[in-house]
Amino acid sequence: MIKGLKDKLAVLGPFVGLLFVFAIFLIISPRSFISGYNLKTIITQTVIVGIGALGMTFVIISGGIDLSVGSLIALVTIVIAKTLHLVDVHSSLGVWSAALLAILVSSFVGFLNGFITAIWRIVPFIVTLGMMQIARGLAKWLANEQTVVAPMTGLNNLMNVDPEPAWLIFAPGVWLMIGLTAIVFIVLKYTVFGRYVFVLGSNEQAARLCGIKVRLHRIWVYTLGGAFAGIAGVMQFANLTIGDPTAAVGLELDIIAAVVIGGGSLSGGEGSAVGSILGALMMAILRNGCNLVGIPTYVQNILIGSIIIGAVAIDRLRHKK
Amino acid sequence: MPDILLHMEGISKQFEAVVALKNVDLSVRTGTVHALIGENGAGKSTLMKILSGSLKPDAGAMTLGGAPYSPDGPKQARDAGVSMIYQELTLAPHLTVEENMTLGVELSRGGIIQRQWARAAEALAMLGHANIDLRKKVREISLGQQQLVEIARSLLLQSRLIIMDEPTSSLAREDTLALFGAINRLRQQGVTFIYISHFLEEIQEIADDYTVLRDGESVSSGCMRETTIPRLVAHMVGRPLEQMFPHHPHKIGAVVLAIRGIDHPPHVNKVSFELHAGEILGVAGLVGAGRTETLRFIFGLDDAAAGEITVRDKTFQPGRGHHPGSSLKAGLSMMSENRKDEGLAINLPIRNNISFSSLAKFSDLFGRLKLKKETKAVTRVADRVAIKYANITDPVISLSGGNQQKSALARVLLDGSGILLLDEPTRGIDVLSKVEIYTLIDELATQGLAIVLVSSYLPELFGICDSLAVMYRGKMSAVRPISQWDEQAVMRWATTGKA
Repeated sequence: MIKGLKDKLAVLGPFVGLLFVFAIFLIISPRSFISGYNLKTIITQTVIVGIGALGMTFVIISGGIDLSVGSLIALVTIVIAKTLHLVDVHSSLGVWSAALLAILVSSFVGFLNGFITAIWRIVPFIVTLGMMQIARGLAKWLANEQTVVAPMTGLNNLMNVDPEPAWLIFAPGVWLMIGLTAIVFIVLKYTVFGRYVFVLGSNEQAARLCGIKVRLHRIWVYTLGGAFAGIAGVMQFANLTIGDPTAAVGLELDIIAAVVIGGGSLSGGEGSAVGSILGALMMAILRNGCNLVGIPTYVQNILIGSIIIGAVAIDRLRHKK
Repeated sequence: MPDILLHMEGISKQFEAVVALKNVDLSVRTGTVHALIGENGAGKSTLMKILSGSLKPDAGAMTLGGAPYSPDGPKQARDAGVSMIYQELTLAPHLTVEENMTLGVELSRGGIIQRQWARAAEALAMLGHANIDLRKKVREISLGQQQLVEIARSLLLQSRLIIMDEPTSSLAREDTLALFGAINRLRQQGVTFIYISHFLEEIQEIADDYTVLRDGESVSSGCMRETTIPRLVAHMVGRPLEQMFPHHPHKIGAVVLAIRGIDHPPHVNKVSFELHAGEILGVAGLVGAGRTETLRFIFGLDDAAAGEITVRDKTFQPGRGHHPGSSLKAGLSMMSENRKDEGLAINLPIRNNISFSSLAKFSDLFGRLKLKKETKAVTRVADRVAIKYANITDPVISLSGGNQQKSALARVLLDGSGILLLDEPTRGIDVLSKVEIYTLIDELATQGLAIVLVSSYLPELFGICDSLAVMYRGKMSAVRPISQWDEQAVMRWATTGKA
C-alpha cells in the first residue's frame, strides 16, 4: 500500500512543485500574472524547451545525454530561413517542406550522435559535446556568421500567443507540444520500443542477454532526440522569424534541467514525458513571474539552480526510504 | 532412470597460450540437478559459457535432447531451451517483475504492448511463488525474490536446461530454502538444472549428480548419494604443492593488532582475532565469505556496526575517528585486492603512486613537495621489491601485472607501518612475481612486521603463513598454527563453516 503511494508521489512530485511555484507567484505578483494573456504567454514560452525536453527524455531514460540540442536548434533556424528563399513561400507545401527538411537535418545529426556513441563506443557526453560545436559551426558557416532574414510565412503563426484562427486559443505550437507529449507518453509506457529505452538505462547487460538489439535502439534514441530538437528549432524560428546562428546558446542545459526536475535520472532508467513538460512549465512560470515582480535575472538563475538541485535531492531522499 | 538431456564430450578450449579446458566430458540426466564443482579457475565458467553459447569450443561435440547442439550465440542457446542465470543477476531494476520476465519476448498488437500477466503468474506459480507482485519494480523486491524472478523468466522461455552460477552466494538461509523448494518443484516437472556452487553442503542438499573440474579437466563424476564431502574436496584440491614458498622461522612477538567482535551482518559476523609481531596470519575462505569486508573494517575504510580494533596501544571504535588516515598513523597499512580500481592510479607515474600515502614525509610546512627526497626514497623501496621499470616517472600502466602489484606493495612499505593487511596480493600475476612477493613477505615478517594475508589460493597460504583462520559466510574460525590445518580441513571449513 505504502509502496503504491510512493510510486504515485513520484509522478505527483513535479506537479506539486509546479503548483507550489504557481501559488507563490499568485500571492506575490501583480494581478497581471493570472491574466489570460499572460498565462497563454507562459505556456507559449514553454514550447521550445518542452519539445526539446521530450526528445531529451528518451535520451536520459536510456542513460545518455545530448548536449548538442541548443546548437541544433540554431542550425534548424538557419536551414529553414535559407530554404524559404528557394521554395515558393506562397504554397504551404513549400513552406512546410522547408520545416521538414530542417527537421530531417537535425534528425540526421542526432543519428550521427547515436551512431558514434553506440558503434564506436564513445561516451555520449563527449560525442554530443563535440557535436554541439560542430552544429554551431555549421550554422554559422551556412549563415555567413549573420542572421538570415526570411520571408513571412505561415510558420510564424506557430508561436503566436494570439493565434489565427482565434478559436485555437493557444498558439499552434502549444497544441503541437501537447500532442507530442501524449505520443511520447504512450510510446514510453505502452510500446516495445519504450520498454527497451528503459532497459537500456536500467541494465544494458540484461538487455543484451535478452537478445535486444542494444546498439540499434541506442541509435534510434539519439535520432529521436535530434528530431525533437528539430521540431523545437522550427518553433524557435517561428519565434524569431529569422535564422540566427547564435540562437539558443546553452538552451540544452534548460532542457536537461526540465527533464531532471520532472523526475528523470541522469543514471538512466527513470523519467517521464509528463514530468519533463511539467519541469519545462515550472521554469517558464518562474522566469515569467520573476519578470512581472521585477526580480532581477541573477536571482532567477539562483532560484532555478536551487530548484534543480532541490528536485534531485528530494528524489534521492525518496529512493533512500 | 531418466534419459540423458545434455551430453558434452571432449570439449577443449584454449585462450592464447592458456588451456582452459582439456577434453572435458559432462553428461546431465533429464529432470535432475547436476552440480558442477571446482576451485576458482578450474574451468567451470568457460564450460558453461560454451554451453550457453557465449563461447565456441575448439574441439568436442554436444548433444541436447539427443540432437546435435552447437549454439552460435546466447540467443540460439535460449531458443534451444538452455538458459543461464548469472551470479550477477541480469534484471532491470527500474522495470516491474512482469516487464522483466517478458523482456525480449514482448507481444504487441499495433505497436502497443500486450501484458502477459497470466503467463508470468503461471511461471511464478510453477515455482511455488505466486505471491510475488508482478506490478512491483524489481528493485523493490528482495534479492531472493529477484533470483526467483530470473528463474521464472527462463520458464517463460520454455527452458529445458537452466544453468545457475553460485545462486546462493548472496542469499540468506530462508531465501536459499525457498530457492531449493522452487528447484525441487521444477525438477519434478522435468526441468533440468546445472548447479554451480562452492557450498558443498548445499550441493549435497540439492544435487542428484556431480562433476568435478580441476585445472580444466573433468576429474570425477557420479551420483551425489555415493560420495562424501571430504571425497569431493580431495578431488577439487588434489594437486601437488609446488616448491616455491620460502619460509624462515619468524620470531613471534607481542600482540600488535587485536580485533574484538567486528560485526556487520550479514557480511561479517562477530570476528575476533589477535596478530603478533613477526607473524604471518593467513585468512582463507571462498569469494564472498567476508574476508575483504573484514579487512576494510579493520583499516577503517568502511564502518562496521560494532566492534573494537586495537592497533598497538591505540583502540578504535568503528565510526568514531577510525578511518584510513588514523590507521596509517597508528602503523597499520592495507593493500586492496583490486589494484586497478582501488590500489593504483594506473595513468599516473610509478613514483607518485608509491608515495601517495606518505606525502607528508616529503613535503614542507607549506605543502611544497621535496621531489628529490621523494624520488630517492621511492627508488629505494622500488628496488627493494624489485620492480622492473625503465623510469620511475613512467605511468604504472606501462608495467606488467606483477610489477604493478609490486608497486602497490612498495607503497605499503613506504608507509613504514609495522602491520600490513594484504588482500590477495598475488592474484592474477605471473609465477616469478609471485615467488618474489612470497620472499618479500617472508623477509618482512623476519624483520618483525605483522602481516594478515587474505588469499583464495591454498598452496600459498600453506606455503608462507605461520597461522591460519578460515572464514565462512561472515564467521571466522579460530586462529590455529598452520601445522594444525590441512587443505581438506580448510576446504571443509570454507564450504560448510564447520571443522
